[in-house]
Amino acid sequence: MTASALAGTPLANTGALARLAFRRDRIMLPAWVYVITAAIASNSYSLNKLYPSAAARADLAASGGRNPALVFLYGRLWGDSLGAVSAWRYGVWAAIFAALMSVFLVVRHTRADEEAGRLELVGSAAVGRLAALTAGLLVALAANMVLAVLLVVVLVVLGLPVAGSVAFALAITTCGVAFAAVAALAAQLAAGARAARGIAIGVLGAAYLLRAVGDASGAGGVSWLTWLSPLGWTELTRPYTSDRWWVLALPLALTAAATAGAYVLAVLRDHGAGLLPDRPGAAAASAWLRSSFGLAWRLQRGTLYGWAAGFAFTFAASGAAAKGIGSLLGGSSQLRNAFTRLGGQAGITDAYLAAIMSLAGLAAAAYATSAVLRLRAEETGGQAEPLLATAIGRTRWGLSHIAVAVAGTAILLAVAGVAAGLGYGLRTGSAGPEVARLLGAGLAQLPASLAVAGAAVVLFGLAPRASVAGAWTVVGVLVLIALFGQVLRLSQPILDVSPFTHVPKLPGAAVTVHTTGAPLLWLSLVVVALVATGLAGLHRRDIG
Amino acid sequence: MTNAIEVRALRKTFGRATALDGLDLAVRSGEVHAFLGPNGAGKTTTIRILLGLLRKDGGEASLLGGDPWRDATALHTRLAYVPGDVTLWPGLTGGEIIDLLGSLRGSRSGLDPKRRQELIERFALDPAKKARAYSKGNRQKVALIAALASDAELLILDEPTAGLDPLMEAVFRECVDDERQRGRTVLLSSHILAEAEALADRVTIIRDGRTAETGTLAEMRHLTRTTVDAELAGPVVLDGLPGVHAAEVRGMHLHCEVDPAALNDVLTRLTAAGVVALTSRPPTLEELFLRHYSAERAGPGATP
Repeated sequence: MTASALAGTPLANTGALARLAFRRDRIMLPAWVYVITAAIASNSYSLNKLYPSAAARADLAASGGRNPALVFLYGRLWGDSLGAVSAWRYGVWAAIFAALMSVFLVVRHTRADEEAGRLELVGSAAVGRLAALTAGLLVALAANMVLAVLLVVVLVVLGLPVAGSVAFALAITTCGVAFAAVAALAAQLAAGARAARGIAIGVLGAAYLLRAVGDASGAGGVSWLTWLSPLGWTELTRPYTSDRWWVLALPLALTAAATAGAYVLAVLRDHGAGLLPDRPGAAAASAWLRSSFGLAWRLQRGTLYGWAAGFAFTFAASGAAAKGIGSLLGGSSQLRNAFTRLGGQAGITDAYLAAIMSLAGLAAAAYATSAVLRLRAEETGGQAEPLLATAIGRTRWGLSHIAVAVAGTAILLAVAGVAAGLGYGLRTGSAGPEVARLLGAGLAQLPASLAVAGAAVVLFGLAPRASVAGAWTVVGVLVLIALFGQVLRLSQPILDVSPFTHVPKLPGAAVTVHTTGAPLLWLSLVVVALVATGLAGLHRRDIG
Repeated sequence: MTNAIEVRALRKTFGRATALDGLDLAVRSGEVHAFLGPNGAGKTTTIRILLGLLRKDGGEASLLGGDPWRDATALHTRLAYVPGDVTLWPGLTGGEIIDLLGSLRGSRSGLDPKRRQELIERFALDPAKKARAYSKGNRQKVALIAALASDAELLILDEPTAGLDPLMEAVFRECVDDERQRGRTVLLSSHILAEAEALADRVTIIRDGRTAETGTLAEMRHLTRTTVDAELAGPVVLDGLPGVHAAEVRGMHLHCEVDPAALNDVLTRLTAAGVVALTSRPPTLEELFLRHYSAERAGPGATP
């Protein structure tokens, strides 16, 4: 796009803004693309080593591909070639990461800049009113295209068929592009970047849930739900099995629709405003708001409500899916025998529920991390400065947000336990005992989730500039260990790094002081030590 | 007389950049002290050290008799601060933020509601609006009202009028005058010279992290030149007279800048020539400023 051809139009200087965006993202963008490509490449490579023969893969397909918990997590498995297994294991998750990359990119260059006032400065130059939106979308599109090309190259080099590799790469990246458009739409609806990201990631969560429930419900169930999910489309393209190219039209159609919506809203709305005008608020602060804890709660409660709603929905559905597990095994007498040996019908259901609760712990750790990092956002945003110039000490200020993180994490895990208990219990007619059992299982994750937040506190106190990237890296590594640690046969010392490795597998595992109490106690002590270290660092360093 | 703020040889570096390089600042209790310097001179860094947000690398700083780093929270109950770049929580209303900052500041409970209301009316602020809808000037007003409505004995204001319109600037000046009457100490950082000139009892000018000059405006004028414009009845010759600068004669009109020591001689010559009209005025702070920084630019020794 040349400046001259577009000068004076709403798109004037889109190219300049896109170049600026690439300049600002010169580290983040390659990092995202590299991590996604490297994860897929290394995982396909190790799958090849773990299951070199067709017979080994057929075994994996027969066991893993029919395990409802794995189907819930990864999607359905359509074949037993190396490509098909790779696509099953990593396709949906790679699409999630591509979608996240796109959402962060688009919101960062549209609503976040607008909220920070940077776009006002830029907009006063000869820049069209749709230029920032277009530049954000172009950058996301380019990132996904580069990702697609790299994926194809890497997968073909690994020896996978060319056509399937192209289908696989496009199944992932068209999902990324679709979420770029969804984020662009969300950035027009919401007045704040935080809310815009929340909406887009909420759509992503719903997409995952629809796919997971649709897939796990099995034949005759609600498997059509998968067709409603952009993440389902990634799976339904069936790369390396039937390469159904026409499925790729669905994400492209969603992209077109969401982009059109975003442009319509962008033309209609005022700069700086969302679709809904701000209503006037209270002219005076309530008694509740007059403390640093009240402020931290007020600032964070909206986000927590959103997470809680997502948790309730996700874990009620996951709990309800637990009942289908036994019947799905019905077809395979071999599997049934295997599971009966492992502990009978209750054993497989409990193993599934324990896996679900472990996922709840990981998700709650992500929430806790974001709640702690609010401290850093307040610091860099300048809001911390007038606050710390009052009688609020740094420790009290830090603890106010940490307290919200702790309480919020406990609430989320309780919601997960109760929702899963209700979902499963109502279907089996034993809601009361199931709710109690799963509430305990959910809360057992609390020390591990908080340990992750504790790492964020340490980074915030000792290495504030690296804290945001560092804390999310910690979360990312733990997710990788939890989801792929067993598959990759990581050594025990590596698995032991994750606090979730030490959480008792509840429900199912015997509850004793030694096996349940001891690890939870020392994980709690680790949390206290991490928070104390971080606060000590905060006490010593410069603010700002 | 005690000093509310006492800073000696203060040093602060950020990596390789030196922000403060031996800064001195003394603010007496009960005075309005203007802290002047161009952007990047180190005003905000000094204030952040005084607030205990940054740790000093060298020198001494004391605030209300305490150590700004060690005693930060105790000292903060006795001061109110308005940052130069006011960022507020977008989802909270102005009224909520005023109350919040007031409550967090005080050992005593919150703000005087009558004074709060009076200030909101004086500054014409709509306290029910969400902060995200406020202009820069309105955000500034929120922070100012929260500070002025407090009963803090020290006000630290970092370029407080940057976003205010002239009408609101006048209201602000009235308010600072009121504070002076009540015996509060005000440290007012600014690069708006008219503001300091109108409000300050004493002035400290800083440059590149060092104190360039400090004193009352009268003391500084003593060191500087008076601008003289005169309509004369006859020709006058000022050539060769020491202490006369930038002399310009156009017909019967004379413009020149005169050192205090040379004023008497100049006036003697002017009256000898016959004065039709005469204006002489002390230098504005603007001129003081220009002289300081132009001296720096021209190199040492260019101007005596």
